Amino acid sequence: MNEHESITAPLSARRRAWNGTMRALLYAAAAFICALLVFLIGYILYRGIPNLSWQFLSSEESVINDIQGILPAIINTVYVVFWTLLIILPLGVGSAIYLTEYATNKKLVSIIEFATETLAGMPSIIFALVGMMVFCQALGLGTSLIAGSLTLVMMTLPTIIRTTQESLKTVPQSYREGSLALGSGKWHMIRTVVLPSSIDGIVTGCILAVGRIVGESAILMFTAGMSMSMAQFGGGSIGEFFSNFFSAAGSTLTVSLYVYAKERADFGLAFAVAVVLLIIAFVINIAAKLAGKKLKKN
Amino acid sequence: MKAKPETEKRDAAAAGAFTGEQAVERIDAKNSVKDIMEKVMQGVFLFCGLVAIGFVLVISVYLIISGIPAIREVGLLNFLGGTTWSPANKTEPSFGILPMILTSVYGTAGAIIIGVPIGFLMAVFLSKVANRRVAAVIREVVDLLAGIPSVVYGLVGMMVLVPGIRNVFNLAAGDSLLAAIIVLAVMILPSIISVSETALNAVPREYEEASLALGATEIETYFRVSAPAAKSGIAAAVVLGVGRAIGEAMAILMVAGNVANMPSLLSSVKFLTTAIAGEMSYAGGLHRQALFSIGLVLFVFIMLINAALNFFFKRDKEGN
Repeated sequence: MNEHESITAPLSARRRAWNGTMRALLYAAAAFICALLVFLIGYILYRGIPNLSWQFLSSEESVINDIQGILPAIINTVYVVFWTLLIILPLGVGSAIYLTEYATNKKLVSIIEFATETLAGMPSIIFALVGMMVFCQALGLGTSLIAGSLTLVMMTLPTIIRTTQESLKTVPQSYREGSLALGSGKWHMIRTVVLPSSIDGIVTGCILAVGRIVGESAILMFTAGMSMSMAQFGGGSIGEFFSNFFSAAGSTLTVSLYVYAKERADFGLAFAVAVVLLIIAFVINIAAKLAGKKLKKN
Repeated sequence: MKAKPETEKRDAAAAGAFTGEQAVERIDAKNSVKDIMEKVMQGVFLFCGLVAIGFVLVISVYLIISGIPAIREVGLLNFLGGTTWSPANKTEPSFGILPMILTSVYGTAGAIIIGVPIGFLMAVFLSKVANRRVAAVIREVVDLLAGIPSVVYGLVGMMVLVPGIRNVFNLAAGDSLLAAIIVLAVMILPSIISVSETALNAVPREYEEASLALGATEIETYFRVSAPAAKSGIAAAVVLGVGRAIGEAMAILMVAGNVANMPSLLSSVKFLTTAIAGEMSYAGGLHRQALFSIGLVLFVFIMLINAALNFFFKRDKEGN
């Protein structure tokens, strides 16, 4: 910039003032956002860490023994993540495969893409309403973690489709042609050539989806309830086991944070849950970055 | 001795890769298991592709079916234009959602007015001014900001903003539209920053070089050449922010106070989203149906915003 000024005529006072102001604004915005980030993270850790203990993470809440614990919430969160991924993976990857490998009808592709974008822009409270009506009521699943997982499938579908599609596009066309020329059918080609080379993208998509599932609260509050006690996952007989396993309900980490903060005004514990969520978000970010980097290298 | 295994291997490889013979076989016997498998898998993938359409249809149909009855009973004008929301009133319940519509609009506008300039300046800083290493670190942290669950924002807002506003303005309670606007502004920052930055990075380097060569300073180039060239991308960022802000429920449920007043900056307010999130658990009868109708109104808003977003992204693609 200095060099630059020296070879041209000096700037007019007005231009200099404008330049100075805008430059100051740029740095001010950057400094402000950095300060905000440091404050947010620092404040959550400062309020939360004193309330975080091994007992809090590993025990169930008990009024009689005066124990506070979020083990049920952790188990419920894992349960929801597991079921959602189990359903979303084949669906999302399959959908991406259809769009990039099979679809020949341009109109259908554009309709599917429009639908995916619509889902991506839909607020979670709408999913929550519809999930409650469709899965809890119409399909008779009741208030349950399974109904929550199915609703989350609707929400995370665009994430998986998009990342898978991106990585499918990076598989060189010559791989496909080579495989087809050797006489393999399309499904054989996809299974043995295309999918193995795009596994990184699928992994990235899963990690991002896990992030969204763990962070979601409105959907789970509506479909899986706000109970803080341990859900009954097992049972004596096989029939009992299944009916318990599928009707289990309760709060996940985000919902229990909401319950602590808003219903019980127990802010210390709410911040302790916030620390757990912050750590999960941090780990997920790093994992997604690493998987993404590997994707770029290939 | 040495050559023999090699030819054998080649033969085996050829057989393994099933070139000629199997292809012929396939033409001969079209109904072989493999062909059926191919057909089946094509069907399976088609089904997966159609699932997204199915979800959108289910959402639309359910929202319309469940949203219409209450609107019919109350009357569209009374519902959208009524200024009192007292659904639990036994003798004279009233279902006007104008306060919530206005609150959602004002809240979103406020979040955009605060969030967009800061986010845009940050994007210019990251894209053009900051050195690479600093930019990379900041980007990581902004990504982390995007990954923090909304209830955590709500919690921090509840503990920091709400008491702060109460003390600064000397109010009885700090739960207010202002608190919600600030929380929303922070929450939309990451998406505004990343989308605008992508748009700014896509501006051809030649534009900037030409501007510099003509004697403009760097700062003038960023704001008068790069930013206008990236304007549809930045517009998309704004619309994306609008969509995020209008749809957010849990975080502002914790700071807005949830009384269906006509919106003013320092009073307790109720958004479209927070009405649904806050009242669904105890609502019954017409009240419950009215909440579904609010969902339908919100859905219409979101579809309009999506249409705008599509428009900007498409124009952006054609522009490049």
